[in-house]
Amino acid sequence: MIEQEIYNKLKEHFGDAIVELKEAPPSDPFIQVNPERLQDICLYLRDEGDMLFDYLSNLSGMDLAENLGVVYHLYSMKYKHTIVLKVTVSKENPNVPSVERIWRTADWHEREAYDLFGVIFEGHHNLIRILNPYDWEGYPLRKDYKTPEEYHGIKVPY
Amino acid sequence: MGLLNKLDDPYYGGGIILGTLEDVLNWGRSKSDWYLQFGLACCAIEFMAVNASHFDFMRFGCIPRTSPRQADFMIVSGTVTMKMAERIKTLYEQMAEPRYVISMGSCANCGGPYWEHGYHVLKGVDRVIPVDVYVPGCPPRPEALEEGMIKLQKMINEQAIFNKRKRLREAEEKEKSVSDVVLSQN
Repeated sequence: MIEQEIYNKLKEHFGDAIVELKEAPPSDPFIQVNPERLQDICLYLRDEGDMLFDYLSNLSGMDLAENLGVVYHLYSMKYKHTIVLKVTVSKENPNVPSVERIWRTADWHEREAYDLFGVIFEGHHNLIRILNPYDWEGYPLRKDYKTPEEYHGIKVPY
Repeated sequence: MGLLNKLDDPYYGGGIILGTLEDVLNWGRSKSDWYLQFGLACCAIEFMAVNASHFDFMRFGCIPRTSPRQADFMIVSGTVTMKMAERIKTLYEQMAEPRYVISMGSCANCGGPYWEHGYHVLKGVDRVIPVDVYVPGCPPRPEALEEGMIKLQKMINEQAIFNKRKRLREAEEKEKSVSDVVLSQN
């Protein structure tokens, strides 16, 4: 299936929860999705007979200046087709439903996005920092992040 | 006396070498240095090459130890993150004295490519533990690390064992008197 067919099918099924299909050459076309119904959409994409997106090849966080985003790269082992989903949330209330129970590989990916961008994945069973120390303050990959002066008494800047 | 007769050529025939006890002890210490076996980043790949047969680190008498209690020196091979810095400090404190540190590669020396935008990288391992030998490179060639090892052996060979404090004091006084002379001349 090509992206337009997948988009049409999703639109038919979920209506307003699917916002738009955007062409973004040279990168893949992506489908903008409403975060509220993300779990239903992902389950549908995984289990529907002619889609079977059984593999989440990447999940990453983004800082879009005013908002935060999460990108999902899906792949179907059976049909060899791909699709990209994007959700956007505000920085004040960065809650996104977790897809960790749908694709188990999302477990550490979501922890990484939480660690570096501060996206909170609701329903994740163990949402703790994965790369930084547990007592680290702030989310380092955000654009407005300031390097701390010291960490546990060790000077950080050069 | 056989010994006195052969003073001009102490190696002749009898296999007698004259030297101080300190030299002999230092010679033994420098030729059997055991190191703490751990690697941090890409420098560890070069470090592994040093251990393998082409470069053969063991000919320096270096044997990897997995416990800091048995190690004489540690090679900080790679990027030291903030998270790792505290662990390295703990490992260093667990090593028995005399202990030495070789800082390998730009990251361990001064932060390397992370010096400006690396919020998570310690800008030089000498901020948490004292370093004896710095090996530059990104990563250093195995020959460079071997050169560092030879430097460390040289350093150990020149170390004082007996009357340490007295000799240190004497050296300090000597330095001071020299600087006094220089100051008075100016």
